[in-house]
Amino acid sequence: MEQERERNGRLCCLCSGRAALRRPKTLQQLCRECFFRVFEDEIHQVIVSNGLFTRGERVAIGASGGKDSTVLAYVLAKLNQTHDYGLHLFLLSVDEGITGYRDDSLETVHRNQIQYGLPLKVVSYKDLYGWTMDEIVATIGKKNNCTFCGVFRRQALDRGAALLKVDKLVTGHNADDIAETVLLNILRGDIARLSRCTSITTGEDGPIPRCKPFKYTYEKEIVMYAYFKRLDYFSTECIYSPNAYRGFAREFIKDLERLRPRAVLDIIRSGENFRISTTAKMPEQGTCERCGYISSQKWCKACVLLDGLNRGLPKLGIGRSHGVIGASRDRNERNGGKTIESKQCGTLDF
Amino acid sequence: MQLTLEFGGGLELLCDSKKIHNVNVEIQNGEDKLTMKDLLSWVRTNLIKERPEMFMKGDTVRPGVLVLVNDCDWELSGQLNTSLEEKDVVVFISTLHGG
Repeated sequence: MEQERERNGRLCCLCSGRAALRRPKTLQQLCRECFFRVFEDEIHQVIVSNGLFTRGERVAIGASGGKDSTVLAYVLAKLNQTHDYGLHLFLLSVDEGITGYRDDSLETVHRNQIQYGLPLKVVSYKDLYGWTMDEIVATIGKKNNCTFCGVFRRQALDRGAALLKVDKLVTGHNADDIAETVLLNILRGDIARLSRCTSITTGEDGPIPRCKPFKYTYEKEIVMYAYFKRLDYFSTECIYSPNAYRGFAREFIKDLERLRPRAVLDIIRSGENFRISTTAKMPEQGTCERCGYISSQKWCKACVLLDGLNRGLPKLGIGRSHGVIGASRDRNERNGGKTIESKQCGTLDF
Repeated sequence: MQLTLEFGGGLELLCDSKKIHNVNVEIQNGEDKLTMKDLLSWVRTNLIKERPEMFMKGDTVRPGVLVLVNDCDWELSGQLNTSLEEKDVVVFISTLHGG
């Protein structure tokens, strides 16, 4: 009984009920119900104080079936109701065509559609590009496949969002993801991405702005929330993802977080406060001559990759020296236009 | 000691894709109780069939793996020093997979 008290005697610092977890952000110990309330309230505050949405907007939630997007869909649907945001919410999923991975996770999204009462749209690589990831990997092997997948996914989400005629796209990127991306962009010297990867809203100049309501939400809390609420999510690593470089950064962040949980928010703050030297040239945004998508090059990255695939030269567009399109190339080569080589997985590509 | 162990968030893949394991863990000779530290080394030896580095780092769980004892965050009960009792439920959830 002595032990029983020792194990269960911790009390919620808000209501004196039995504490269920320690929040990494504040080190507060909270019971389940107080945690739910605090978790949802904080996200509501982030939404309100950053003016993420306007009444009447159509908003697509990028839904992979994983923990973050599942919790995001659940919480947004709940907040939209309780705080009467007046939003029209949709689930938007991308089917990359990865047998044994995405087909299973899409089943989760189909269940979420019913559970949360949100309409679902699925766009597939096969329909958009004529290739599934399985077919791409069969052609190019497992070396650079994450480059293709990342570039294609980003565009696929935008195209899906356009089909749904939404005003905004929200993604489930959490504080740990963003800290990891800050670190990766520093490691890569990717100044353009470093300066925008901490923005809660991006692409406001483009057709469909994206935002990240979980920017300040710890991964631990998202998983605890999903666990305590018994939310239905899918958690299997992509069968093609080696994820080595990002994996190291991730592990490093997690190690820091164990020693000092605030480290995650501090890294995000460091990212936010970087001043980009005015002499650093930033890539100019234009549109792809081939498909009209935003691009700083003559052709967008997806078109370059697709062209390579279709011509049987899948190495085109991978790495630094492309040599296909020539024009307008070197200005970007000089100022850090080495955009995606060595990106292991595009899921978190802001 | 009869315990129920649950693996989630992808960790089940390391132990025959089975999420719930009802196990009987003996208290080591000379010890009077079973702690989480003992349980982790038992799990590593007896349940984890592949890639143990996805589950453990050093003598504890890998950072990013959440542990709950009777639905309570083990950070509140002393982590490795948490002592276990008959019919306790221990849950391990990886936060490291996809989003």
